[in-house]
Amino acid sequence: MRATVRQYSAALRLLLVMTVITGVVYPLAVTAVAQIPGLKDRANGSLVYNADGTLIGSTLIGQSFTDKDGNPLRQYFQSRPSAAGAGYDPTASSASNLGPESIVDVLPDPKNKDDSGTQHLLTLVCSRSKAVGELEGVSGARPYCTPSGVGAVLAVFHAGPGYAGTVTRVVSVNQACPAAPFLRTYQGVAVECGVFGDDYSRGQLVAIRGSLHGTPAVPADAVTASGSGLDPQISPEYAALQVARVARVRGITDEQVRSLVAKHTTGRGLGFLGEPAVNVLDLDLDLDHRYPYRGH
Amino acid sequence: MSATTVAGLAFAVSIVVAVSVSFRPLGDYMARIFTSPSHTRVEKAVYRTVGVDPEADQTWATYLRSVLAFSAVSILALYGLLRLQHHFGHPYAVPQMPPAQSFNTAVSFTTNTNWQSYSGESGLGYTAQFLGLAVQNFLSAAVGIAVAIALVRGFARSRTDRLGNFWVDLTRCTLRLLLPLSFLVAVIFVASGEIQNLHAYRSATGLAGGAQTLPGGPVASQEAIKQLGTNGGGFFNANSAHPFENPTTYTNWLSTFLEIVIPFALCRTFGKMVNDKRQGLAIAAVMGLLLVTTTGLLAGAQLAHHGTVPTAVGAATEGVETRFGVPDSAIFASTTTATSTGAVNSFHDSYTSLGGAVTLFNMMLGEVAPGGTGSGLYGMLVLAVLSVFIAGLMVGRTPEYLGKKVGRREVTFASLYILSTPAIVLTGTALAMSFAKERASMLNSGAHGFSEVLYAFTSAGNNNGSAFAGISVNTTWYNTALGLAMLFGRFLPMLFVLGLAGSLARQHHVPVSDGTLPTHRLQFVGFLTGVTVIVVALTYFPALALGPLAEGLR
Repeated sequence: MRATVRQYSAALRLLLVMTVITGVVYPLAVTAVAQIPGLKDRANGSLVYNADGTLIGSTLIGQSFTDKDGNPLRQYFQSRPSAAGAGYDPTASSASNLGPESIVDVLPDPKNKDDSGTQHLLTLVCSRSKAVGELEGVSGARPYCTPSGVGAVLAVFHAGPGYAGTVTRVVSVNQACPAAPFLRTYQGVAVECGVFGDDYSRGQLVAIRGSLHGTPAVPADAVTASGSGLDPQISPEYAALQVARVARVRGITDEQVRSLVAKHTTGRGLGFLGEPAVNVLDLDLDLDHRYPYRGH
Repeated sequence: MSATTVAGLAFAVSIVVAVSVSFRPLGDYMARIFTSPSHTRVEKAVYRTVGVDPEADQTWATYLRSVLAFSAVSILALYGLLRLQHHFGHPYAVPQMPPAQSFNTAVSFTTNTNWQSYSGESGLGYTAQFLGLAVQNFLSAAVGIAVAIALVRGFARSRTDRLGNFWVDLTRCTLRLLLPLSFLVAVIFVASGEIQNLHAYRSATGLAGGAQTLPGGPVASQEAIKQLGTNGGGFFNANSAHPFENPTTYTNWLSTFLEIVIPFALCRTFGKMVNDKRQGLAIAAVMGLLLVTTTGLLAGAQLAHHGTVPTAVGAATEGVETRFGVPDSAIFASTTTATSTGAVNSFHDSYTSLGGAVTLFNMMLGEVAPGGTGSGLYGMLVLAVLSVFIAGLMVGRTPEYLGKKVGRREVTFASLYILSTPAIVLTGTALAMSFAKERASMLNSGAHGFSEVLYAFTSAGNNNGSAFAGISVNTTWYNTALGLAMLFGRFLPMLFVLGLAGSLARQHHVPVSDGTLPTHRLQFVGFLTGVTVIVVALTYFPALALGPLAEGLR
């Protein structure tokens, strides 16, 4: 008994001593070193201020360049989609966590005007691709996407068990009625649109790839959310896609915009670490500084 | 081959080179730490304050009781700190943490798991972060190393019932190894852009006029030990994907390297302490072989981007940061699940089915390739004991490893060790799947939803801490069940390891004879690798088939 008490008392005392060393002295020492000029700005979060001293944000943390309704402001380069809160919310950093076969949406309840359903990953990708395509004036088409910008997924019902026998019914599960299904017929059976609340779980899910080949015009990072939801960067491909629109809206040449993009592009570290990327906030700030936007 | 693939390969090769270069000096340094007869002045002061005799040599039972006493006190203290955190002054509003979540978090950080059912930026105050979590980041890593060293002493010593002094091992490991290295790394991290401050959260007005609240915090100091001690608990919810936690491709490289450098170097420490460096090299070779293979498979699966959504996108970029890209994210995913780190710089739930399967498989290996700080080495040594036993059965000789006979007692301890974690993982998963309310926590449906539950219990039982993060685990049931899985997944194996160490230390060394199976040659490396993979495959294949394999083969 006495040995046990001695052991626990030693444990408690060692924990307290170690808390002082590793929990107080250590972080404070690092914080002190971090106050050295040169380190201080970084330790404080690489903050960016405008001319009158208001805080604009951090060069490390991405932002939305949209109006109040979430529509992209055409004079700015746009960031990636974000799953952090309502978008680029640093108090709720997060990824979407939707899986590679997250392909069936929950359709909206027609009786409830506020219900917009739940879009799963495939439809999110398709709808973003369509929206970016329209904004930049290129095709937003992708494999497994309908022209209307949802996941091209069928529930195929069979006469026999085990998905065997003749096809009896086919439903385009992500297209709520009265939408016209992206395929008229599948294996000779007319394709129906989806109805809210119907149970399609007995059907076999078949995603229709479509005839698109080659690389889609809208790059991968433009249609996928990042891990943090705060990604400050986009790929050089996505930046290149946005050059013409930004130049047109600001009334400057593509070349002027392109040279600014190049200035804010970081290559791979040491030539092989990570991927080349363009910092969107830095780029947009620089654009406003050099070529102020006067339109609406 | 695309530029991305080539760069990814170069990244992997540079990590292998860096780990190989540090293997010898770091391993030798750690061996000196645990064999040196003298104490530093600071250490002497610590022992006086704590009231322990640093020269006292402990039996395995006393060593175990010390580990348990220290861990119990740690859990209680951390639980109290989390429950009371909202009373401490903070430059921003900090909520109270509910009991089940506090239990889960206290166990999580004390067991080196760092599973997080809370979100750092909204659920925790700075005091709990650095007085509680950061402290356990150091101490839980040191406890793991201490237990591994006790097992190594079991092999190295003969005709004794003494395995060393837990208090001394813990103190030395923290003060001589983890603290100085973390300080160095933290300064590099700050210089690369990680934040290190105690500021209030700041309000910003974005360029487009939107409001944004920017968090602060002592991130770099916590990040250094989070990676070095294979802890993995992120300061923020997005963990190492968060630009304040992992801002550049350089910090990402360093973070990857730090996860595996100590687990590998401990093999050298082992070789040095048993006076046969080739034995350490053989163990490291098995770890390296497994890690390189799984990393290759994982990166391959991610680059091939098989599956409906990755094909629609054209790349597996969902949940991946632009600056890291797909290959470096996949390499990180592999090193974090093959060690007990569990930090993530990209989100495994959105990985391709086969890529996600490899992260699960890595943890199911029992995290021995190279595993957590200490836990990786003792896990692999237990597998080595088992392999020697199996080899002995095949050729009909009395098995021995490092001159110690592997008899009934040793095999019993090794078997119990091997069985305990799978029992926890599979029981927990089965229980969760049998309740409708617990099944409802899945974000994704079908096979992928099952993978989320399986991943949660695999991660908790193996003390990893990463997640298929779509699952909502902040419920009383999951907080309690996963908390218990972490607790048993940590201390049951430690009990068997120390028991094994005790019975090995009592034996005398049998001299090497013609009948001795050489355990430093390529043949044994291959055999041990095979045993490790087969044990896992037999245990977990049905569960893997229901989850990621079913999804990937659809």
